[in-house]
Amino acid sequence: MKIDAIARRVLPAAALCLLAAGTAYAQTTPAAPAVPTPDKGDTSWMLISSVLVLMMSVPGLALFYGGLVRTKNMASMLSQCFAITSMVLVLWAVYGYSLTFTAGGGLNSFIGGFSKAFLAGITPSSTVETFSKGVVIPEFVYIFFQGTFAAITPALIVGAFAERIKFSALLLFIALWATFIYFPMAHMVWFWGGPSAYADPAGLIFSFGALDFAGGTVVHINAGMAGLVGCILIGKRVGYGKEPLPPHSLTLSMVGAALLWVGWFGFNAGSNLESNGGAALAAINTLLATAAASVSWMFVEWAIKGKPSLLGIISGAVAGLVAVTPACGFAGPMGSIILGLIVSPICVFFVTTVKNALGYDDSLDVFGVHGVGGIVGAIATGILVSPSLGGAGIVDYSTPDFAATFPGYATQVIAQLKAVGVTILWSGIGSAILYKIVDLVIGLRVPVEAEREGLDITAHGEAAYHS
Amino acid sequence: MKIVMAVIKPFKLEEVREALTSIGVQGLTVTEVKGYGRQKGHTEIYRGAEYAVTLLPKLKIEVVVPTEAVDKTVEAIVGAAKTGQIGDGKVFVFSVDQAVRIRTGETDVDAL
Repeated sequence: MKIDAIARRVLPAAALCLLAAGTAYAQTTPAAPAVPTPDKGDTSWMLISSVLVLMMSVPGLALFYGGLVRTKNMASMLSQCFAITSMVLVLWAVYGYSLTFTAGGGLNSFIGGFSKAFLAGITPSSTVETFSKGVVIPEFVYIFFQGTFAAITPALIVGAFAERIKFSALLLFIALWATFIYFPMAHMVWFWGGPSAYADPAGLIFSFGALDFAGGTVVHINAGMAGLVGCILIGKRVGYGKEPLPPHSLTLSMVGAALLWVGWFGFNAGSNLESNGGAALAAINTLLATAAASVSWMFVEWAIKGKPSLLGIISGAVAGLVAVTPACGFAGPMGSIILGLIVSPICVFFVTTVKNALGYDDSLDVFGVHGVGGIVGAIATGILVSPSLGGAGIVDYSTPDFAATFPGYATQVIAQLKAVGVTILWSGIGSAILYKIVDLVIGLRVPVEAEREGLDITAHGEAAYHS
Repeated sequence: MKIVMAVIKPFKLEEVREALTSIGVQGLTVTEVKGYGRQKGHTEIYRGAEYAVTLLPKLKIEVVVPTEAVDKTVEAIVGAAKTGQIGDGKVFVFSVDQAVRIRTGETDVDAL
């Protein structure tokens, strides 16, 4: 999805006519240009990328978060991640894809329409355009790929209020959040006409000229803000600040973080939609920024706390992955290393100093790592994209030769800041409203006794471990 | 008869067991315990949060010996369990009034 490609040019010309006219079956299309067929290499890469992104949610995120909670909440955390992933994928097929990636008429700046609800009219021969004119991939693979993004983003939020939310309230909140926050955000950032219809009305943030290669705003800042608002509204865990609440298995957290790193290549390099040099750039940037951020967190913690912890090393890797997400197709490899090096100290500052000073209980640092890392990455993207810093420049997809331009640091950083601002407001205010609604309908939080006993038994009737 | 109870570092168990076997001690009871002495635990840090771990894992061993064997038993335990570092543990000796081997009904020293 880069500034994304949704090529609504659905290719068999017949299908296009069908949608536009709403007639049953199209007649012969006069003088249709040669119908592009998907390249098998592109299709293969996108199928692999889609599966990799799914691997980030379950098992990756589930184990990363699961290891960080206490033994009594392990099954709860795994259930939350798995259930959210599954539920949102269903919503995605039913109406999410349509709301995100179709034109929305008068509301097009914010949201799409229902013309592809229930995946209507999409067949194995349906295609969407990539970032190159006339290059397409099967629409089903695009739906799959984007669906995994829709699934992992809400799952990221649960780390902020782990160990205390009511499962039913969580599912209702996530269904609402996906519908009213995620789908519109994804539409605002990634909906455009595609290279063949560049002049068509695009989503609000896309039209700012903001750059977000793989979802720094849509995924990370969006989830980070929802997490921050959630942990404040739900309140601190029982015993927070008074009794130890240490991770029960750093081993599993390490496994989860490592799966996230591997899966993230699908997330970032897959966002190129084609298997080419652009995907390679996104991949190398994802590799290097993550390594740099991991090392950076380790040394920062070593310097200020006296010991380099495993949790710090893997937290740094996640912060680097988050920060490079918007930049991965635009920055150069050395720019990505710099980005990795600077994001960790900032995130460390938020998860230690700021969180303690303000007293909110962001259990697993969703805001501190995803929100803050995403903001750092989104703003830095506007700088690192500059060709003079080794960046790729801003590609003009409307031209066949992909001439890269750069409007200047001020212009691009302001566009990035506008994107960040819209995301913070949309997600922050929107999430607060949805939490309040769910609180009134179901109640957000489990009773104190249930929290003390642990959500594994009280919510799911099963223990993660039997000794 | 006396019972010798010692709290030791967990990784010292095998050396202590060998030392006791070498002086002819027949049996040993081991329990996993937690506690603190002058060592007063240590601190763990997870991201920003610091936890003082005040109760450290130790092993408690108990062995019942004839009164005349107490000194060399204590000596064997101290010799084997000592690292010279803080947290090596302690040894306590109590009197035992009676002992019975359940299988045979033997009593006192014969039962050891």
